[in-house]
Amino acid sequence: MTIVKINGRSMRIDGPEDMPLLWAVRDILGMTGTKFGCGIGLCGACTVHIDGVAARSCITPLDAVGGKSITTIEGVGKTPEGAAVQKAWLAAEVPQCGYCQSGQIMSAAALLAANPKPSDSDIDQVMAGNVCRCGTYVRIRKGIKQAARSLGKEKS
Amino acid sequence: MKPSTWCAAIVLAAAAPTVAGQSGALRPPSAFSSIADERERSQALFAEAGKVIQSPRCLNCHPVQRRPTQGDDLHAHMPPMYAGARDHGVPGMPCTTCHGKSNMATLSKGVASIPGNARWALAPSSMAWQGKSLSEICEQIKDRSRNGGHSLAEIHEHMATDPLVAWAWNPGERRVRAPGTQKQLGELVEAWISTGAHCPPK
Repeated sequence: MTIVKINGRSMRIDGPEDMPLLWAVRDILGMTGTKFGCGIGLCGACTVHIDGVAARSCITPLDAVGGKSITTIEGVGKTPEGAAVQKAWLAAEVPQCGYCQSGQIMSAAALLAANPKPSDSDIDQVMAGNVCRCGTYVRIRKGIKQAARSLGKEKS
Repeated sequence: MKPSTWCAAIVLAAAAPTVAGQSGALRPPSAFSSIADERERSQALFAEAGKVIQSPRCLNCHPVQRRPTQGDDLHAHMPPMYAGARDHGVPGMPCTTCHGKSNMATLSKGVASIPGNARWALAPSSMAWQGKSLSEICEQIKDRSRNGGHSLAEIHEHMATDPLVAWAWNPGERRVRAPGTQKQLGELVEAWISTGAHCPPK
């Protein structure tokens, strides 16, 4: 059994310690916003935050997250960066098919939490870990820039 | 949950078909005792240790370009990854986004495991080895201005006991181990130091 805090709530997960966090989040806790893509950390669809840092939940075992604070797409809107990204995503109409967008939003929010004013190069380096088969990369970058600007205004 | 077709394509493209196993043995220091000249013996000992130092398990995280590589052919890391200012990735995507404290098995046949270690990181640029000769690497290892200010005794300790170095012999499924054992590497480095720590000729 693993005890974690997910989106601010303490939860018990009854699963083997080598179970990927993604399995637990989706199949045990029923939170299906986080997506399965490749299962080997290559596509970024399964991105969550562990103690505020982006992590690929498909290759993170439960025994690595005991006692930690996990944020999923269902809860990221409660963080300033997550809320700003979600708002910018809607304004810029970033998603197309949408499958990868949970991971895109989680990575974008983690980027802005670590780097509030990312350059194009900063964005490319971080978001290169999130694949989008619809090719929404230009709008993703636009959305991140827009979110960064709105966060900057909130802080000033 | 099953991967969709497009993801399967990514997996196939990224999979480096390697056979799990070991890339060879190491000869013990005693095998070099017939070399009468101490300088030559020291050079030969380092060349033997170099089989580990220049193995893909070590070279992949000692890149000259500030990006890690993967596999036995040192191909580009997928997903694209950057060293960042502190060799632990960039803000928003550190190494720990994918690499945990230990190896993690996957359900993929191509990439059967994700490597992990508590100290997973790139070696600093001053310790970059890829594309360099063993002689150049040897001089670099001895040079305190490039080796992190370490003494030869500390270099030996790193090679012989560092858990991050130990990963090279426990690299996870379908990844070829470094030659010999860490203990044997430590013995070779110790013997190299005790014979004057001479580097192979250029």
